[in-house]
Amino acid sequence: MLKLFKDFTKKDLLYIVICLTLVVFQVWLELKMPDYMSSITRLVQTEGSTIKEIAEQGFYMLSCAFGSLISAIIVGYFAANVASSFSASLRGLIFGKVQNFGTEEIKKFSTSSLITRTTNDVTQIEMLIGMGLQMLIKAPIMAVWAILKILNKGLEWSILTACCVLVLLITIGTLMIIVLPRFAKVQKLIDKINGVTRENLSGIRVIRAFNAEKYQSNRFEDVNSNLTNMQLFNQRCFAVMMPIMNIIMHGLTLGIYLIGAYLINAANISDKITLFSNMVVFSSYGMQVISSFLMLAMIFMMWPRANISAKRINEVLDEEISVVEGEFTGETKDIGTVEFKNVSFKYPDADEYLLKNISFKVNKGETIAFIGSTGSGKSSLINLVPRFYDATDGEVLVDGVNVKEYSAEALNNKLGYIPQKAVMFTGTVKSNVSYGENAKKEITDKEIKQAIKVAQGTDFVEKMEGKYDAHIARGGTNVSGGQKQRLAIARAIARNPEIYIFDDSFSALDYKTDATLRKELKKYTKDATNMIVAQRIGTIINADKIIVLDNGECVGQGTHKELLKSCDVYKEIALSQLSKEELENA
Amino acid sequence: MPRPGGPRGGAPEKSKDFVGSMKKLLSNLKPWRILLGLALILAMASAILALISPNKLSDLTDTITKGISPNTEVLQEISKKMSANFTEEKMRQKIPAIMTSSAISNEEKQLFTETMTTISSTDNKEDATKLMLSLPDSIMNELLEDINIEGKTISIKDQIEMLKLTSKMGDKTKTEEGLKRIDQLPKSIYKLVKPSIDMKKVKSIALFIGTLYLLSAIFSYIQSFSMATVSNKFAKSLRTRISKKINTLPLKYFDTHETGDVLSRVTNDVDTIAMNLNQSLASLVSSVTLFIGSIVMMFTTNWIMAITAIVASLIGFSFMFLILDKSQKYFAKKQEELGNLNGYIEEIYSGHNVVKAYNGTKEAIKEFSDLNTKLYDANRKSQFLSGLMQPIMMFVGNFGYVAVCIVGALLVMNNHITFGVIVAFMIYVRLFTNPLSQIAQAMTSLQSTAAASERVFEFLEEVEMKEQGAITKHLDKSKVKGEIEFKHVKFGYDPSRTIIKDFSIKVKPGQKIAIVGPTGAGKTTMVNLLMKFYEINDGDILIDGVSTKELTRENIHELFCMVLQDTWLFEGTIGENIKFNKENVSEKEVWEACKTVGVDHFIKTLPGGLNATIGDNDSVSQGQKQLFTIARGMLEDAPFLILDEATSNVDTRTEELVQKAMDKLTIGRTSFIIAHRLSTIKNADLILVMNEGNIIEQGNHETLMKKKGFYADLYNSQFEMTGE
Repeated sequence: MLKLFKDFTKKDLLYIVICLTLVVFQVWLELKMPDYMSSITRLVQTEGSTIKEIAEQGFYMLSCAFGSLISAIIVGYFAANVASSFSASLRGLIFGKVQNFGTEEIKKFSTSSLITRTTNDVTQIEMLIGMGLQMLIKAPIMAVWAILKILNKGLEWSILTACCVLVLLITIGTLMIIVLPRFAKVQKLIDKINGVTRENLSGIRVIRAFNAEKYQSNRFEDVNSNLTNMQLFNQRCFAVMMPIMNIIMHGLTLGIYLIGAYLINAANISDKITLFSNMVVFSSYGMQVISSFLMLAMIFMMWPRANISAKRINEVLDEEISVVEGEFTGETKDIGTVEFKNVSFKYPDADEYLLKNISFKVNKGETIAFIGSTGSGKSSLINLVPRFYDATDGEVLVDGVNVKEYSAEALNNKLGYIPQKAVMFTGTVKSNVSYGENAKKEITDKEIKQAIKVAQGTDFVEKMEGKYDAHIARGGTNVSGGQKQRLAIARAIARNPEIYIFDDSFSALDYKTDATLRKELKKYTKDATNMIVAQRIGTIINADKIIVLDNGECVGQGTHKELLKSCDVYKEIALSQLSKEELENA
Repeated sequence: MPRPGGPRGGAPEKSKDFVGSMKKLLSNLKPWRILLGLALILAMASAILALISPNKLSDLTDTITKGISPNTEVLQEISKKMSANFTEEKMRQKIPAIMTSSAISNEEKQLFTETMTTISSTDNKEDATKLMLSLPDSIMNELLEDINIEGKTISIKDQIEMLKLTSKMGDKTKTEEGLKRIDQLPKSIYKLVKPSIDMKKVKSIALFIGTLYLLSAIFSYIQSFSMATVSNKFAKSLRTRISKKINTLPLKYFDTHETGDVLSRVTNDVDTIAMNLNQSLASLVSSVTLFIGSIVMMFTTNWIMAITAIVASLIGFSFMFLILDKSQKYFAKKQEELGNLNGYIEEIYSGHNVVKAYNGTKEAIKEFSDLNTKLYDANRKSQFLSGLMQPIMMFVGNFGYVAVCIVGALLVMNNHITFGVIVAFMIYVRLFTNPLSQIAQAMTSLQSTAAASERVFEFLEEVEMKEQGAITKHLDKSKVKGEIEFKHVKFGYDPSRTIIKDFSIKVKPGQKIAIVGPTGAGKTTMVNLLMKFYEINDGDILIDGVSTKELTRENIHELFCMVLQDTWLFEGTIGENIKFNKENVSEKEVWEACKTVGVDHFIKTLPGGLNATIGDNDSVSQGQKQLFTIARGMLEDAPFLILDEATSNVDTRTEELVQKAMDKLTIGRTSFIIAHRLSTIKNADLILVMNEGNIIEQGNHETLMKKKGFYADLYNSQFEMTGE
């Protein structure tokens, strides 16, 4: 947690110092008020005091109250500023860091966890700072100051106050020990109830088809009861808190008065008045001591949660980035070539290689395809080109230059990557297709239209409201899977790259669209190099070169016809999809 | 999910119909009305006790104060009695005794006679007393005699000592110096002068207040305990009702509503209701009691003071509500900006690969920092404004206090009220200001409770599926032959748009029907109709000649074995997932099904075998999951089969296994197969070709190919080659 606080700017630190000073001032004013209060009380009780005297004391007291109000407002202002600017810069820091992450790091944390770390976790810390600047500073100052004020005013009273604080702390402590671990469990049960409900909704057809409504209801009820019982236990425990607080607060006043009565009774006449006014003052300061300890307890209740959040954020910020970009931005001798030289790859923590000793070369204008069962490593292989991962051994060359030497921008300018699951951004059809930057000039409307046409998207885009300026909702929820995929392909086409990388990008399309799209694409980009990962034989049947992968090894390399004869794995795959005569017809 | 609002306050959601929603909420709380009533009564009782205790506390203070001032009347009485001995007459009577006394020296006797003459010649009594006091002790001994006060005898010596101490005091009995002198008084007199607190009274008041506090604490504990019970039990019942409701709603509801929407009703909305019920309802009741109670107490005590206190507080409160009103806008803005930023982060993080590959990082960071700055600004303002509330409240309290003191003092001077009234009002002002802000808080949270309960009840009141109580027919699973007939079926999801127009086929037992078409062509419509997930608009579907309209949904479901493409497995063991809701299935039968499907070897390799749990990121592949669901279907053993073929994402070898398993499933069953791969359905008895929701062609492979229509096109496209 403290580590994060190092990131406070000078301005923030100045604000914090101002807050600190003002809080001290505020405490001073607030502790002065009981004095005026008691003198008002005394004046009111004494016969013969004038209105002027009371008004004067009242004025002083109100001035204190007003001063405290003003200083609280200023502190609140600075605290709000510090907390929100801190959280804003922290969010920025995390976001920037995640932007530099490679796929490996993203996978390690998982996207959803990174999102929570950037949003909720930061909010937790922001809340602690916002409250902390007001309470965390104020409470101890208040406590110490109030204690100092009453320290020499009566041993008996001090002991009573100390006892009350002790009981208070023990109560809160015990509650925390009992309840805190259960809070974590409640969170898990809430996740679980969410999970079961999600299951019930996603499997609604299956559940009804199997007449399993009752079965699922029972599963839901189990979790529901568990959650309710846990919550009941927690809240019933917490029900003790308020009454005990009240008893302590009120009991303290009553105790002070009761002890006071004995003390005054036993004292010399001349000491009685002093004792009495001490008693009045003590009862109000004692309350201040108790309430400042209460404030501290509240901060400590927030602390563990914020601390966990801080830890999670630090994990992100401290993560070492595995893929570091190079500096090369110059011209290359070759254009449109990709070469793998004895490339092997494994995930950093894994023992086993995902790719073993892969070598091939593809030239400008050629199409190379990769096929194999899931887990055979075809996606991992293609991911090495845009450097989502780096090869563990061997070299990946684009245009004759090792990908590690390129600056990220220079490398990406050569590539047009289309992922398996199309990604859409909130915006318009146009903004999605012209997404990103390339070194070339801005993408024109004409190019966008052309790209969509090639990607077989013209039909549906022109049917959308607003056509090319039609709104694309968050996550592309207002277009179908196949439409998203076509827009994603259009996005790559609009970039006009040297090398296309299709990571199984055609499987969301039906056969017909798939075929026409590829035909049009070939026509449109005669000079571009294509790298295609595919599941369907039909998609790759005409590639210049097909690489057959099995368990990370290249078990066949050649054209469709060659492989049918020479490669058993390929034949097996082909036969599983098409019948013998179909294959021969093709 | 972050809780909306939170302790720092967010924009409270506005309900559409606050009163209506609250009424509905309360009527749904009926089963707990006794406990709820008890809790609210106790909340009230606790508040009333809080109203009594300040009065008693000021009684206690008064009792203590009474015991502080010294009993100066005693001193006066002694002096009075003493001065009775000092009259000229009495002194003259004593002259002979003094003159003959051997204890008195001659000079002293001389002084005495001189004094006597001066006294008789002067009229000034004060001077006389002074002179008398200057007489030596020996003479005083003769002049004075023991005095009896309140049964105590005070010796001459003590009298003289007192006389000496008090003579110099004059009027200053109440000053500190005077009090110190009093402390030096001889014991016999000091005992009489020293004030004493009525300890008996103190103890009884303290005991009374202590009992009040204890009672109030017990009340409030029982109150919180019962509220926790009520709110959680209520939340539980709501969740149960929602979960049951899911089973009774037509599928149409779920096809047109998002999962997240229903989910958030089960968790967030129910949570909001439970939390606010637990916290706000009781606090509202006790605050209102305190508020009204303190007003009543104030007015019965003194109306001028009451108006002072109320006006003073209201000035402060109107200021506060002004700020509160202004700040609403910023809270809403903050929520909005937070939503925007979260959405953007989610989008960029999940599209990380694309952002990187398209050099979108710079743009992303720029856009992010724009949104971030906007959030910072809204956040700053709303935090500042919400932070203002507490200090303003404190100030309002103090302001009221001073106002009451000053006006009170004025009234005291004019003898309108006593001091005790002011002391009582000092406490009433606090009791009056505190609940106001609590009421405001409770109202905002009740507002969001109303909004949440509106959503929950809206869901609970959705139109359910048709009642089937009147249905008496039942087809026995083991006796059904497996014949199905569509007779002039018309159907449309939207009644105004019929997508299946007059569709008729007759399927004989054991036949294989394939349904093909591009994605989104509406192949699942057939599943929906067969399973009676949706009701047809017109025509009829007959199973073994019995109209499905005359059969219960459960009965129809029993006759079908359904394996869908999205492999639905729940969190649990593999065994539980395969067995599912079927009771009386032995482990042997489960293994049998697994063996038939060909997944038995794989299960054996898992730790725990059938007891291995299926989680999110397990080593179980998509294809294997598909096999489990097929095994589940195997156990069902129904005369009809609906099969949705596996698509991509399954590796070829598992795919082959899945295919084989599916083939086994179709044996002896009338099957409907939703096909993605055309090669497997060439031998189907009937192929239904669908596009844009319609059945556009039907027939077997040969006839359809000859037709050279959509099907032929679709079939040929899989062989079309790049660059042809």
